[in-house]
Amino acid sequence: MTDTLLSITELTMRFGGLTAVNGLSFAAKRGNITAVIGPNGAGKTTVFNCITGFYRPTSGSITIAHTPDHTLRLDKMSGHAIAKKGRVARTFQNIRLFNGMSVLENLLVAQHNKLQAATGFGVLSVLGIGRYRAAEREAIERAKHWLEATHLLERADDAAGSLPYGAQRRLEIARAMCTDPVLLCLDEPAAGLNPRESAAMNELLLKIRAEGCSLLLIEHDMGVVMKISDHVVVLDHGKKIADGTGQEIRNDQAVISAYLGEGDEDDADAPVGAEMEAGS
Amino acid sequence: MKGLGAILKDSAAVAGAALLLFGPFLGLRLGDNEAGNLTLTTRPRLLALAVALTFAARFSMLLWYQHRPRRTLPFKISEKAARAGKYIAPALLIAAVAMPLLPGIENSYIDLGVLIMTYVMLGWGLNIVVGLAGLLDLGYVAFYAVGAYSFALLSENFGLGFWECLPLSGLLAALWGMCLGFPVLRLRGDYLAIVTLAFGEIVRLVITNWVSLTGGPNGITDIPHPTLFGLTFSMAGGPGTFAGFFHVTPDPKQRTIYLYYIILALALLTNWVTLRLRKQPLGRAWEALREDEIACRSLGLNVRNTKLTAFAVGAMFGGFAGCFFATRQAFISPDSFTFIESATVLAIVVLGGAGSQLGVVLAACVMIGVPELLQSLQIYRMLIFGLALVLIMVVRPRGFIATRQPTVSLGRAKLIGLEMVSEGRS
Amino acid sequence: MTQPLLSLRGVNTFYGPIQALRDVDLDVNEGEIVTLIGANGAGKSTLMMTICGNPSAKSGSILYRGADITRLPTHQIARLAIAQAPEGRRIFPRMSVEENLLMGAQVVKFADYDHQLALIFALFPRLQERFSQRGGTLSGGEQQMLAIARALMSKPKLLLLDEPSLGLAPLVIKQIFAAIRQLNQETGLTVLLVEQNANQALRLAHRGYVLVNGVITMAGTGAELLARPEIRAAYLEGGH
Repeated sequence: MTDTLLSITELTMRFGGLTAVNGLSFAAKRGNITAVIGPNGAGKTTVFNCITGFYRPTSGSITIAHTPDHTLRLDKMSGHAIAKKGRVARTFQNIRLFNGMSVLENLLVAQHNKLQAATGFGVLSVLGIGRYRAAEREAIERAKHWLEATHLLERADDAAGSLPYGAQRRLEIARAMCTDPVLLCLDEPAAGLNPRESAAMNELLLKIRAEGCSLLLIEHDMGVVMKISDHVVVLDHGKKIADGTGQEIRNDQAVISAYLGEGDEDDADAPVGAEMEAGS
Repeated sequence: MKGLGAILKDSAAVAGAALLLFGPFLGLRLGDNEAGNLTLTTRPRLLALAVALTFAARFSMLLWYQHRPRRTLPFKISEKAARAGKYIAPALLIAAVAMPLLPGIENSYIDLGVLIMTYVMLGWGLNIVVGLAGLLDLGYVAFYAVGAYSFALLSENFGLGFWECLPLSGLLAALWGMCLGFPVLRLRGDYLAIVTLAFGEIVRLVITNWVSLTGGPNGITDIPHPTLFGLTFSMAGGPGTFAGFFHVTPDPKQRTIYLYYIILALALLTNWVTLRLRKQPLGRAWEALREDEIACRSLGLNVRNTKLTAFAVGAMFGGFAGCFFATRQAFISPDSFTFIESATVLAIVVLGGAGSQLGVVLAACVMIGVPELLQSLQIYRMLIFGLALVLIMVVRPRGFIATRQPTVSLGRAKLIGLEMVSEGRS
Repeated sequence: MTQPLLSLRGVNTFYGPIQALRDVDLDVNEGEIVTLIGANGAGKSTLMMTICGNPSAKSGSILYRGADITRLPTHQIARLAIAQAPEGRRIFPRMSVEENLLMGAQVVKFADYDHQLALIFALFPRLQERFSQRGGTLSGGEQQMLAIARALMSKPKLLLLDEPSLGLAPLVIKQIFAAIRQLNQETGLTVLLVEQNANQALRLAHRGYVLVNGVITMAGTGAELLARPEIRAAYLEGGH
């Protein structure tokens, strides 16, 4: 029986006179893939930034439950503490990799806290004392595991900035997973991916869920949302307008008029002629 | 695509601007005659020459831009240079160790070596802050000053010698490094630069004005030179001196060589620590900080602590260098710790290729060694030096060594071109 | 047969030692919508940027209205009524939406500014809501809208769109594609469109090209390409 992992209660975020998020409440269950969708400017990334500590919410609460007894108030923690103690990882809409460092180095930076703990106050390992070597070997093994999962193993020594777009997106996810999170927040993971790459992304996300990490994602690609989400939350103008399964959302009139639009142009078999008739 | 006509017009316009600029500077000359009155003479030929040269330079530059071959691969050249670096570095090290022992070498050359080595150490120290962590520090001379003055004051008031004060200088400088770090934690790029510059100036002004403590502009004299297990290098000879102990005639070269090996050892220590730290989580965290601070936070890195350690460690090595500076000169004053020093060290780091240890060595040799060696050229010395620097930055904007070596790899490590690497400005 | 508005012949582009485009031939006739599809890294954006002169093509020719623009600097190309909404949006983050749009219009010295602005607002009402907000505070999708709007403000004859649907909600994508069709039919705006969303792009376009690893491998009308099994397999499975 799945229970609630992340609960957002009456979350409000104001920037001066602008209210980006207005009294938002929803819950993401453990082991689920929860999608947050909505028109551009609805406040989706703002919600993410509140969850991951880049903004301090104006009011409301964000709670994560590692176990039903052990909960943490994320809205009261700093960004890096949310990642470290809260075990919430994220990717960015605009991809933020360490471009000048190699793929492998990116993944080792993600494991910084564990490695730093093994260095003996940061000093002893400089002199070669302590179990740092062993810890680094472990870290590299973990990195290799995620490199294999994201099909990046052959590019481990290349500069992160030299990777093609799709590979960079996968690297960002691999790096986030190397922090060993319980919740992974993905901001438009399928943006800019063609249908084949989107399908591969779906597989990757399902694999992440299978390994025990819950997922929260912002996405516009309905193929990704419908195919793999267990739960969908729809935002518009900072408020929740729908909350349910993918099928329920698909047919919700409010969602259609605000976000999806009529017609099913996703269907590759629909007749083409009609589209072109009105054209020149 | 500019036609010849457009190029000529452009060059004429630039020449016109040159005429306006050079007119008062070159065309007119103020002097005085024997009666002590101001005279004004004109130098039309010099002015015409300057304008004509400007026209010609602009003209050829535009022609060159039009017809130059497609740019070849700076990366490849740098990669060869970096691979050669495997051999250059040990070769330089051997040369550095052996240099003072060459028969018949003059004291002034060894002294130059000491000077260059001091700047290499400062460069390696600043490299940690600017090159690795991407924090633009324009006030590095502050830590140099703290190191020097700590030693001077400790020796003046407590009679401590160089070797006792060395670690203390480093510690004090590191503390001041953290003091600088705290207020600038949220600053980026240009703002960080301005505040660090101010910090450097504040330290100098405090030193200048706190006369009761530091002697103000008069500085502190009679700072002891370093001893070798208690042996001094006094020219008087006799018991308790180096010359006396080893039964040789006292020679100023002996102390210079001793100083040389001290700074060489200190510099090599800085280098070793840096290379080791790069492979540790801390060094990687510094480099990640330079690349993308926001991503660092999202991975659970404590950005504040990472920045503070970068400032502290960099400052510590600056402090060591300052302590050495004081013992070498035996006299320090605020004049030695001006902004120009910070700028020079920063120029060395940038010229070398931020983050590259070998690059710093090459850059220090160029920036410090070349002007010294060009002394004979007198007033043209700085002109040539300036032109050389401009030329280098045009041809190699990211510095001598424009590649970065990853610290860990699954297979063979591949060099990363610096065009991919962040400069930490955001 | 009139000459094409834009014509590429044998274009080769390099990034240092890496060849990104190989002998590319491509035509865009006046009044057409042409789409370029292909996987990530195939070189689609490189092609757009080469047309705009940055990087310049190393060899080959690019003709616009018969004139050779291959080596022309970008800012001069922009003055030829070619507008681009580039990859990565590239709006001015510290300028307001209004100022971004003014920047778009300044290249034609603000001709028909009010009319163009009304057009933009009809297309993207969101931008009217956020008119005085700084570009950097807009959401990703809104920035994409702004980039397209800014390009339209210069009343181009040829519009280059690099992945206009990136990051946009499905409803907005439909609206944009409808707007492109409308602009094309009513004003004869010629459009060269790079898209991942092959399905919608090929429906919208009159003709299309397929780019694989820097080489044009297929060309045809939108309908023809949509029907080809290789296209369906490579670019149309799933997705939106």
